[in-house]
Amino acid sequence: MKEALQPLCRVAAHPEARCWFLAWSPGGGLLASCGGDRTVRLWAREGPGWACRAVLGEGHQRTVRRVAWSPCGSYLASASFDATTCIWKKGDDGFECVTTLEGHENEVKSVAWAPSGNLLATCSRDKSVWVWEVDEEEEYECVSVLNSHTQDVKHVVWHPNQELLASASYDDTVKLYREEEDDWVCCATLEGHESTVWSLAFDRSGERLASCSDDKTVRIWQQYKPGNEEGVACSGTDPTWKCVCNLSGYHSRTIYDVAWCHLTGALATACGDDAIRVFEESASSTPQQPTFSLTAHVPRAHSQDVNCVAWNPKEPGLLASCSDDGEIAFWKYQRPEVC
Amino acid sequence: MVGPAGGAPLENANPLIYRRSGERPVTAREEDDELPDSIDDREIFDLIRSINDPEHPLTLEELNVVEQVRVKVNDAESTVAVEFTPTIPHCSMATLIGLSIKVKLIRSLPERFKMDVHITPGTHASEHAVNKQLADKERVAAALENSHLLEVVNQCLSARS
Repeated sequence: MKEALQPLCRVAAHPEARCWFLAWSPGGGLLASCGGDRTVRLWAREGPGWACRAVLGEGHQRTVRRVAWSPCGSYLASASFDATTCIWKKGDDGFECVTTLEGHENEVKSVAWAPSGNLLATCSRDKSVWVWEVDEEEEYECVSVLNSHTQDVKHVVWHPNQELLASASYDDTVKLYREEEDDWVCCATLEGHESTVWSLAFDRSGERLASCSDDKTVRIWQQYKPGNEEGVACSGTDPTWKCVCNLSGYHSRTIYDVAWCHLTGALATACGDDAIRVFEESASSTPQQPTFSLTAHVPRAHSQDVNCVAWNPKEPGLLASCSDDGEIAFWKYQRPEVC
Repeated sequence: MVGPAGGAPLENANPLIYRRSGERPVTAREEDDELPDSIDDREIFDLIRSINDPEHPLTLEELNVVEQVRVKVNDAESTVAVEFTPTIPHCSMATLIGLSIKVKLIRSLPERFKMDVHITPGTHASEHAVNKQLADKERVAAALENSHLLEVVNQCLSARS
């Protein structure tokens, strides 16, 4: 079987340190990376390869764990083990730190911007999820502190088209939150994983959510709204989320990241066994019982754990990955003929 | 008997002390420079046996917290598993001891190795919670950025004069 995921290019991104996370700009032209060397770096295409355009080194005192772009592409947020989140604004001279969000008691593990651009979420080892509102004067105000999880919160992601927030935690659950009468509430708890949930990804429609875990599985959850045809019970006006697929037996170690391509529907995973895998929904899949098959598997994608995989939002099949070995790798994915 | 800080009494005031293993005999194969040495259980044990216990002026080997028989290496697959046995079931130093072992391995072994450090099953009241923390590389990385904790770990790893 010809390998569906082909290597394009590799860069030594963060010297002597882990590269923890990658985020493509909304336009797809820039890739932001962050790592154990406390920097955020920006990468752009140069000829056949990728080169570093900027190093944002003055923002944090400890590891930068996550970076996130605002939907308009003018701002970048970075979340750090130093308990702060920096907001960087893109100007003619590069990026400048315009605000530092404080408040978490210890390491900030993730940050995410809502599609509307007016809301930001952060989460931390202090077990909380914070929701921040941004106004036209670029002022950030914390509007809610959510203490639903019982342990370290690893990641937060926003729904692609609703004001719905999802969080993944060391307490083995996924939680969903929405706004209710001026405050934010936890409207669902997804149980099933047997260990820490490391990452989450919504599909393009937002009807499905993928989660990956230290239990070496990826679970697919589906939304059922009140009055749904399948007869799934809902409480009040909140949708219920049910696990409709469990991908187990493919990964031999912790799965650190999962990414769902909004252009092609392909699902990529980053694993502690140094491999990258891609799954696609099979031909025999039905809406209520989806099945996914493995379409690509690169066993030694990196020389150490793969921490992140990210699909380019504009160029179908372009995938970036990063690792504990400090490198970023770029890949071209081509869906195989038969799935 | 008081602990190193001279303040609170030790949790385990009268630990059992075990005899140290002798030096490792060198084999003919190991003397041959042409053949690559693969990493074996004894080599890993040699790395961790002299780690100092945080409370007592003794090594983990002398307290039987680590034993060669509880070290499993697979050089071909680049995996190492170390089981350690806290001296008492409610030992509050268990996470720190596990972290010291983990750090010693990270600093000494090639980057290709996947390291698993966990408590010998049935020997600690909170073994699941401790094992989960030690297995979480993000938690370990963040802990080691805490200068105070790093200082304590480095003291456990420093050679005794």
